[in-house]
Amino acid sequence: MNKEGYKLVQGNEACVEGALAAGMRFFAGYPITPSTEIAEISAEKLPALGGRFIQMEDELASMAAIIGGSLAGKKTMTATSGPGFSLMQENIGYAAITEIPCVVVNVQRGGPSTGLPTSPAQGEVMQAKWGTHGDHPAIALTPNSVQETFEYTVKAFNLAEKYRTPVIFLMDETVGHMREKMAFKDASEIEIIDRKKPTCKPEDYVAYRPDEDMIPPMAPFGEGYRYHVSGLTHDETGFPTNNNEISEKLVRRLVDKVDKNIDDFSYYEEYKLEDAEIVIIAYGGVSRSAKSAVDDLRKQNIKAGLFRPITIWPFLEKQVNKVSLNAKEIYVAEMNLGQYVLEVERIACKNCTVKSINKVNGELITPEEIVKAIGGNK
Amino acid sequence: MKKLEIRLSGSGGQGVILAAIILANAGVEQGLNAIQTQSYGPEARGGASKAEVILSNDEINYPKITRANILLSLTQKAYDKYNSSLETNGILIVDESVKLSGDETFKVYTLPILRTAQEKFETQLVANIISLGAIYELMGEGIIDKDIMIRSITERVPAHTVQKNTDAFEEGIKLARG
Repeated sequence: MNKEGYKLVQGNEACVEGALAAGMRFFAGYPITPSTEIAEISAEKLPALGGRFIQMEDELASMAAIIGGSLAGKKTMTATSGPGFSLMQENIGYAAITEIPCVVVNVQRGGPSTGLPTSPAQGEVMQAKWGTHGDHPAIALTPNSVQETFEYTVKAFNLAEKYRTPVIFLMDETVGHMREKMAFKDASEIEIIDRKKPTCKPEDYVAYRPDEDMIPPMAPFGEGYRYHVSGLTHDETGFPTNNNEISEKLVRRLVDKVDKNIDDFSYYEEYKLEDAEIVIIAYGGVSRSAKSAVDDLRKQNIKAGLFRPITIWPFLEKQVNKVSLNAKEIYVAEMNLGQYVLEVERIACKNCTVKSINKVNGELITPEEIVKAIGGNK
Repeated sequence: MKKLEIRLSGSGGQGVILAAIILANAGVEQGLNAIQTQSYGPEARGGASKAEVILSNDEINYPKITRANILLSLTQKAYDKYNSSLETNGILIVDESVKLSGDETFKVYTLPILRTAQEKFETQLVANIISLGAIYELMGEGIIDKDIMIRSITERVPAHTVQKNTDAFEEGIKLARG
């Protein structure tokens, strides 16, 4: 560690450090490039903290295991990449309807299928929201640096605990594998949120009866609170029901408890937006190129700025709308063939032009490519 | 200091990524901004391997190298692939086994890196640290203190190989001095 308290740390390592700081004590996973270091370091560090690591037979089982671990009262996480993320989708929906907090890290690599294992991509932006079937809540966060990976992994756990829902931590190979300086924070400097537990006697506990904040208190298995957990649509007791009124109410509550609280976790960065006529919207690894591009464009007297969402889901409608009111053109730069841009268009196209900068060859979009697409000299 | 961009290239298993990590780590310990990235194929051994380090006093946004100030190539394949990415007055460090194209505008240091590893240390495993010594010698004085480099090597190589690796580092410095 240097004099200012910084250390050279890899993105994937920072994710584990953040998870441990947040209180992760159970990790189940199946190693896959470029996320493997997350499993590896978790395996190394968890036992010393009284936690458990288990390598499961595949990603379906890994996802199931972290749901079980969370139900037993632990904070849990798994980490994967595209192919594994696809396999986890069914059980992500299970965690959503049963309201079991957990964190799912996806370090994105080139796809589809096994694709480009060692190369960056951002092909799972839509999958992070719509990958599992049915209407369901979706929270996804995307860091763009090693420091941010640490800090937002903590927030991912906090949101999972607070809203009782799976949270997707959407990294990419660039951020996961790069090493840069990171400041380790003391536990006292980090805000940690734990799930709400019941205060009533076990015999009075109604497992899925929400408080006014739409979130039911959660009792860990094994402490005498007996209840039923089912992926079927259920009533407040947790037992399945076909009742139309109850079904409608449940699905709406699951989505509303997240969507209506978006102001609580709207994380983003604005860079040189004050007078920007050209706004680049980028996230994750690409946003670093976009920031360099903004500086290059400014040198050519082009009024460019950057809006960088860290909260990818729910979509930051309010902020993107505001940005679009002042912009002439918005360029969405992403390592896919146009995913986040669809949401930006939905909100911004009535106010300004929305264009797409895309790349799917396994390399990070460069600042030069962004500058060129916008019409600057390079 | 001005931004310094260093690219290390070779074949998978030669340890260029570890050498880059050690250099970036020393950069951070020195109090600089440093970033290290890599690209490699799915193979554990063989195949092309490339690692990059950027050192700067300023914030580093785009994490990759556009024009390298220093390029290390331990294999012909790596040299062929990356020599055009070196800036015109940059520094090229190649193993003596590499055949140059002959139209280099930059400074070239052809060094017996792989042979020295084999003859002096009886293992190819230290070729990366010999290379690191050469890079350190040629990157300019006063950027990173030597004791910080040695500490960075010590922290990042297996404990029983520390002496061999620090010796290899000194050997690399000597080779670059000529």
